[in-house]
Amino acid sequence: MENRGKAYGAMYLALFFSVLLLLALNLCIGTVDIPLGEIAAILGGRGTDAVHGGIVLKLRLPRALAAAILGGGLALSGYLLQAFFHNPIAGPFLLGVSSGAKLAVALVMVLFLGKSMAVSSGALIGAAFAGAMVSMGVVVLMSQVMDHMSTLIVSGVMVGYICSAITDFVVAFADDADIVNLHNWSKGSFSGIGWEDVAVMAVVIFAAFFCVLMLSKSMGAYGLGEVYARNMGLDVGRFRVALVALSSLLSACVTAFAGPVSFVGIAVPHLVKYLFRTTKPLVVVPACFLGGAAFCLLCDLLARVLLAPTELSISTVTAVFGAPVVILAMARRAKERG
Amino acid sequence: MGQKGESLREEFYFYTQAWAVGYHKTPLVKDIRLRLKKGEILTLIGPNGAGKTTVLKSVARQLEPLGGMAFLDGKRLEQWSNKELSTRTAIVLTARVRPELMTCQEVVATGRYPYTGRFGRLSGKDKEIVEEAMELVHITGLAHEDFQKISDGQRQRVMLARAISQEPDLLVLDEPTSFLDIRYKLEFLSVLQGLARKRKLSILLSLHELELAGCISDKVACVKGGRIDRYGTPEEVFTPGYIEGLYQLAPGRYDWQTGGVELLPPKGAPKVFVLAGNGSGTPVYRRLQREGIPFATGILWENDLDYPIAKKLAAEVVEEKAFCRIGREKVDRARKLIKDCGEVVCTLGLEQAGELYPGLEEWLKMAELKAPSCRILGRH
Repeated sequence: MENRGKAYGAMYLALFFSVLLLLALNLCIGTVDIPLGEIAAILGGRGTDAVHGGIVLKLRLPRALAAAILGGGLALSGYLLQAFFHNPIAGPFLLGVSSGAKLAVALVMVLFLGKSMAVSSGALIGAAFAGAMVSMGVVVLMSQVMDHMSTLIVSGVMVGYICSAITDFVVAFADDADIVNLHNWSKGSFSGIGWEDVAVMAVVIFAAFFCVLMLSKSMGAYGLGEVYARNMGLDVGRFRVALVALSSLLSACVTAFAGPVSFVGIAVPHLVKYLFRTTKPLVVVPACFLGGAAFCLLCDLLARVLLAPTELSISTVTAVFGAPVVILAMARRAKERG
Repeated sequence: MGQKGESLREEFYFYTQAWAVGYHKTPLVKDIRLRLKKGEILTLIGPNGAGKTTVLKSVARQLEPLGGMAFLDGKRLEQWSNKELSTRTAIVLTARVRPELMTCQEVVATGRYPYTGRFGRLSGKDKEIVEEAMELVHITGLAHEDFQKISDGQRQRVMLARAISQEPDLLVLDEPTSFLDIRYKLEFLSVLQGLARKRKLSILLSLHELELAGCISDKVACVKGGRIDRYGTPEEVFTPGYIEGLYQLAPGRYDWQTGGVELLPPKGAPKVFVLAGNGSGTPVYRRLQREGIPFATGILWENDLDYPIAKKLAAEVVEEKAFCRIGREKVDRARKLIKDCGEVVCTLGLEQAGELYPGLEEWLKMAELKAPSCRILGRH
């Protein structure tokens, strides 16, 4: 046990430093070349070039922080869904939760932008949360009927398609200059995030993170199945509601700011569980958060620089890394079941 | 209820009155009257689908009861809080659990859940209890194995250790011996008996193995046709003919004393006569049954080892009352059968058989068997 504690500590440190390193890389690399020394100076408040200062402090830094925070939130959201369904390939994107949130946000945006009204980020999160809860509700209802892992996922994907189709429909009809942004957003991107947004998302996601930590003991009990969880004194009904609400809130928050981002929610918890060789929630929850942050920072960096100055949508990159992890996870599970 | 209720509450750790359980508001078993003292073992038996699991799940408050009353530790079952209940009742089910990447020790440690703090950290005492529970069911060696990678039988024992580490007063187990081989079945039940005797745990379980139910139970309750068909000590329940009725077997198919069962006898007039006794006939009877050859056997005293099996498998048994001389008419009947069958298998020593059947040798000659000390039939 002693050794295991040390190993966990080492892996936490590694994760933490990779997040820091990737944050730094995200600040340093971009279409505009800014020397390393100057970036350090800008961060230290001694920057001389106003344009460069603006790029670093108003574009790159908030974007990198957003990628880190939202990435962590997404990974957590996926982890909660996997616990809820006892299904290792559940995730907010595959189950249509992200798409539900996206649809709700698109509707609100079109409605308000059409009347040229500003939409606060709080309202967007609220709309996304409502959308996420509705599609989550649909998936939970379906899971009552279909208890097989793959049928649940397939129906989630279908819900996702329906929501995306309606979103496209809505976006196509509302052709306004702002809608171009909306279109970009609906494909998923961390661009255009300002400091205010970062503050709001930090509050929401860190609050949710804290709640999840508080639930970690219950999640451990729930891992043995409902019957045993109830036998251990867990109020299973309330616990399930809490899981669904937190997971929806997390993915709603991500969707409101960055649009739907695929596969992070599945891939990161998997990588973390196999890296740490445990499913103890108290260990896995913080690790998922750090892992998600690192994963999204890396993917956003690639999305920005691979075809610069054109930007890839974030989901394009996360899918390339995330989808193989899902396939591996399924193969491993199939092998274990024999 | 008044005074009667008081005394029941004092006498029994768990008891029910006109209790009804089931799913979706449809009672599956009604009018349940169970009584379980501290340190007692109560076993539910009965055919598949009779509702044993439903009763057990309701006792562990996994299902809402549909009527009547149940009392645990002197208080109505539904009045306990989740947490209070979790330190009194522990459950072991047959349904597979698939916790990801958990060692057996971690699974056992989940039994400490009701006792640990916000983040579930185990204290030194918790760890001791976990250790002790694992020793009790002999799985200390599995402590660091992946729970998913051990055998079903081992998993069952891990789940028992988990339940023990929960330190319950009432242990509820659904067919706990189903996946175990014979050695572990016995060991598992011995552990249960130890828990009941030494730790004064009340144990409520369901079993398919009736002979084991007869060994371990202080009380047996038979669930059938939506009610408790019979309730009492094993001696009261396992009476001749009762089990056949409970499981809808043909009369005489179940040996109420040993719990032995045999397959159906071959149909038709006997073609072979088996001279047997003292257990020597049993393997031959079974072989003849497998090959589908109807046979007669004798002469057996009613207290002969071969007798119960002969009664189940033979077309005819020439029998004599225990401790009595073999009557003349029995010998005649045996001779007649030997003559009619035309084939004889003698599983006794010739000398022994000669004493029992005066003039046997002549009869054997007639059946063209010269020295039939042990002739087993080949395939026909």
